Amino acid sequence: MYKYFSINKIFSITSKAPKYILFIFIIVLSIGLTEALYLSPEDYKQSHSVRIMYVHVPSAWISLGIFSIIAFLSFGSFIFKNRNFSIISKSLAPSGFAFNIVALVTGSIWGKPTWGTWWAWDARITSMLILALFYGMYILAWRVYEDKEQVIKITSIIAIVGAINIPIIKFSVDWWNTLHQTASVNVLSNTSIHTSMLIPLGIMTAAFALFALLIFLMKYNTELIKIKNKGLDRL
Amino acid sequence: MYGKKVKLRFLFLSLILVSVILSVFLILQSLKENVVYFQSPSEIQKINEISKKKIRVGGMVKENSIIMDSDKINFIITDFKSEINVIYYGAVPNLFEEGKGVVAEGFLKDKNYFSATKILAKHDENYMPPEVKEAIGDK
Repeated sequence: MYKYFSINKIFSITSKAPKYILFIFIIVLSIGLTEALYLSPEDYKQSHSVRIMYVHVPSAWISLGIFSIIAFLSFGSFIFKNRNFSIISKSLAPSGFAFNIVALVTGSIWGKPTWGTWWAWDARITSMLILALFYGMYILAWRVYEDKEQVIKITSIIAIVGAINIPIIKFSVDWWNTLHQTASVNVLSNTSIHTSMLIPLGIMTAAFALFALLIFLMKYNTELIKIKNKGLDRL
Repeated sequence: MYGKKVKLRFLFLSLILVSVILSVFLILQSLKENVVYFQSPSEIQKINEISKKKIRVGGMVKENSIIMDSDKINFIITDFKSEINVIYYGAVPNLFEEGKGVVAEGFLKDKNYFSATKILAKHDENYMPPEVKEAIGDK
């Protein structure tokens, strides 16, 4: 199994891929922003503040998605002692954390004109704040613990325990009365966003995902360089 | 197939997970009334004694129920089963409208009368351009 994780093979990808991804990201983001800020219609009720949604919703999705990936990889890393999984998780965390903060801040900016308040301690918003705290713990744990064996164990456990919060975030709006509205985009049932607004939302999600991928590859590349400098030829 | 250590680590992690999930579940169960952001008028009807504490009531603003005065506003919150009268001194958010969601924060005077100190408009999950809204009408 380890031969597929040959550091030189991975390194040849992570050192070259970012520039191509940056190029695609800029194109997709330009299309997405034009659609979201200019071409898409205003909402019948909230008029132009609907445009905040095109940043808020993709950020929230991606921060949730990244934490789920981190949790799965941490699970594998803890049980099978696969160090590569841990390094991938470590490289994913900063972009997930950044998108989590973006989701909280844009939500707050949207909440003021729509709800009439910047912040509400409802189940969705509070659980999203807890996710940000777990991201913070996870990232700090990597810096606090020096010992290689120890840091992998501790970060993995933080990620796995934090993952319990993911379904709580997702279903908080269905389980309890919340100020936050229920999900508009549903895979199994009807989606309550008009197509003219769903398309820019999709493009912005793709753009943000590319950005997360870009930051991840750059971070991962740095981690690989660190390992190479220590003279190890495999992970 | 897997070593003994792998199985032990799996068991260890599973125990952590199960115990944390159980404790989170129990905490949320016992906090049920505090986890909800607001109560519906029907839930207010079921309250045994009226407390002096600040609470939130949420539901729909009943059609034709808003009475605006110079400095106060009266309206009815309904969940289509029960209703509650609300009085509020101050300005309401832009999205506050009849037939739309609302959350009122304040004090319960009796089971049918609520004195609000803050009004929040609740947005629903529907997003569409004004033309589409006009085309489908007020469903």
